[in-house]
Amino acid sequence: MIIGDILSATLIFAVPLMLVALGGMFSERSGVVNIALEGIMIMGALAACLFLRYVDDAGFDEKYRQLYVLAAIVIAGVVGILYSQLLAFASIKLKSNQVISGTALNMLAPALSVVVTWNIQGTAQTTILIPSWVRISPEALGITADNVLTTFLFKSLFLTTPIAFLILILSIFFLYRTKTGLRLRACGEHPQAADSVGVNVYKMRYLGVGISGFLAGIGGIAYTMAAGSGFLSTVAGYGFLALAVMIFGNWKPVNILFASFFFAFFRIISFYSKSLTFLPKFENLVSSEYIYLIMPYLVTMIILVLTSKRSRAPKAEGIPYDKGRR
Amino acid sequence: MSEYIIEMNGIRKVFPGVIANDNITLQLKKGEIHALLGENGAGKSTLMGVLFGIYQAEAGEILKDGVPVRIHDPKDANKKGIGMVHQHFKLVEVFSVLDNIMLGAEETKRGVLQKKKAREKALKLSEKYKLQVDLDAVIEDISVGMQQRVEILKMLYRDNDILIFDEPTAVLTPQEIEELMLTMRNFAREGKSILFITHKLNEIKAVADRCTVLRKGKCVGTVDVKDSTVDSLAEMMVGRKVIFKVDKKPADPKDAILRVSNLSLTTEASGKHQLHNVSFNVRRGEIVSIAGIEGNGQSELVYTLTGLMKPTHGTITFGEQDITKCSIRERNDLGIAHIPEDRHRYGLVLDYNLAENMILKSYHTPQFKKYGFLRFPAIQEHAEKLIRFFDIRAGEGPDTPARSMSGGNQQKAIIAREVSLSPDLLIAVQPTRGLDVGAIEYIQKQLIAARDEGRAVLLVSLELEEVMNISDRILVMYEGKIVAEVDAEHAVRQELGLYMAGATPSDFVREVM
Repeated sequence: MIIGDILSATLIFAVPLMLVALGGMFSERSGVVNIALEGIMIMGALAACLFLRYVDDAGFDEKYRQLYVLAAIVIAGVVGILYSQLLAFASIKLKSNQVISGTALNMLAPALSVVVTWNIQGTAQTTILIPSWVRISPEALGITADNVLTTFLFKSLFLTTPIAFLILILSIFFLYRTKTGLRLRACGEHPQAADSVGVNVYKMRYLGVGISGFLAGIGGIAYTMAAGSGFLSTVAGYGFLALAVMIFGNWKPVNILFASFFFAFFRIISFYSKSLTFLPKFENLVSSEYIYLIMPYLVTMIILVLTSKRSRAPKAEGIPYDKGRR
Repeated sequence: MSEYIIEMNGIRKVFPGVIANDNITLQLKKGEIHALLGENGAGKSTLMGVLFGIYQAEAGEILKDGVPVRIHDPKDANKKGIGMVHQHFKLVEVFSVLDNIMLGAEETKRGVLQKKKAREKALKLSEKYKLQVDLDAVIEDISVGMQQRVEILKMLYRDNDILIFDEPTAVLTPQEIEELMLTMRNFAREGKSILFITHKLNEIKAVADRCTVLRKGKCVGTVDVKDSTVDSLAEMMVGRKVIFKVDKKPADPKDAILRVSNLSLTTEASGKHQLHNVSFNVRRGEIVSIAGIEGNGQSELVYTLTGLMKPTHGTITFGEQDITKCSIRERNDLGIAHIPEDRHRYGLVLDYNLAENMILKSYHTPQFKKYGFLRFPAIQEHAEKLIRFFDIRAGEGPDTPARSMSGGNQQKAIIAREVSLSPDLLIAVQPTRGLDVGAIEYIQKQLIAARDEGRAVLLVSLELEEVMNISDRILVMYEGKIVAEVDAEHAVRQELGLYMAGATPSDFVREVM
């Protein structure tokens, strides 16, 4: 069953990557480089975990478990939006350097998160445990996870998974089939052109960053649920990994879907490397267990080197738009 | 009902440090083609920006059909039926033609874009006005001429009937210009009113009904085109009599100093040929021009000659030496001077003062350097000499920051620096772009003077007029190839235009026969 386990684990780790990478895509397609995804994920996850903790302590009606999870997801998204608007304000209104403002937010988030956690749980109580009932067990759905396919789909299922796929479909529809999507894409490519036909570039960019905040916030809680051990004021670099996924996915939703599965797969292979007998073991090396842990990051770098030449970023991303400039 | 569809009265617009428009009045009749003439910096684009809602005027009013209106932004202008083809197209390069036409005026049904409807409307318009475009092509793949047709369709798609064309002919071949004029006349016949910004007098004579002339932000007057001549218009524009023909002796070419053979440049990413087997010579004592429409490899050719890019194949020989692999410094020291296309990017360090800019290429020579330190008195003196000799107008003399100088004087400064190096070969790329008539005359004279001193001059220009006026031989580039070589004395405008559009001399002979 190890294949099923690996696939199932790949799925739950691919979901946050995809969500956050889609978020990054919306921001960059509107013209704002959002390097703050990591920080936004942390803030979203923090809020959602605190909410789940609170619900669990206060007692709840078991019938509505998944509604509470849904509420937690929405809270994560909303907090993500709020936090992302700091970036939007700095980079759109104040025309600051987007990479620096994003970095600042990334540094702020884990620190803020630890302060909040300690204030609520007591000093040095860094971990916010999330209740085990957030997982949707196969039994509850009346399914037994006994073959590769059902294991893959249902062994560790969270509400975030179907939501993520719904969001993917909505993203494609929004980006390519709606008026706002067309305008948003124009703002990332040629804001002057968009402005000349009456599109409000600033509004579109606030929207793009806002969507990225929403998705990164949800991605934060999706990651935390998948990681399972509770929230530790970190998302282990997944925000940055998502940026790589976005670039590898060439700023296109469907490519991002495949890219996120690709990255998640390597990540999971590293977790399971000990139990996969067919993988070479490097036993004569000191600390050889780390070799497979390095893999996802190494693969990221290699892939980016190989694909960055062909990949095509939105042309105007990273450049603050100044309406008055002649 | 007013006689005028648009009236702009007493418009004043100030940018920090400049009065771009000072009490300007412009009246546009319904169904006329109204030219707006003026030199660069006369305030034409600003005035149109005010009409199109890009800028807000500090004083004055705009009347549409006799009723005062306020135009807050381009969207507002669109709603009032005003459309504009900008000098630099406002097209999203990775979008399809149709997406660009729709953008900002999209029709939706329950949130979904109605592309099919948009396509029908765009198709109908393109057929009606014979504006041939491929709606599914991506902008970056289509020609500049077609991009302009897309811009025109954008205006028509929005049902605009007041159409502003901001220097529309600058990027077109002579044949395309003729087509555009035909289209403009069609529009006028249908009752659309056209504002046509230009500084080319013959185009005004060819197509416009009336002409308003601006000079240095002020309105000189409005005239009926049929009652005026090219000379009288030029005089209004410049404020003095203008001599169009450049005086020059016949060339006396000597030995070839620059030999280029089979030069090719391929971009790695797309594998596209930017230069394809380019071969030519330039001799001492002659001006060779490279004519062509922007983006046909002229810039790349100059980059490879000056060392900014390395060619993929081919050799460049200077004098007796193969310089294909030489560094930029080595080429400078051998005697190649370069007046670059983009004077802000490659010509000057804008935040340095004039004196420092004058030694950018020679600071390492003993004249300006001793024991590793710059010799400031010598640098100062050098700058003063050049300012005097080349008549560079700089407020604080050698200490003037380059940024604060006018475009014409910046260009003079570059020419002073390059010519003072006594180069054997002077490569000048669009040396007169964006300059007023006075500065153009001066720079063209300098180029001819350099030739008469026995230097070789390679001129790259998009202005056919300039190419025909001052060069001795003309090479025409199209899609990275040299498609024709013409003796300047026997050059015919129409013939050059055909080459610029990709015809080869053999085609031309066939057509004539």
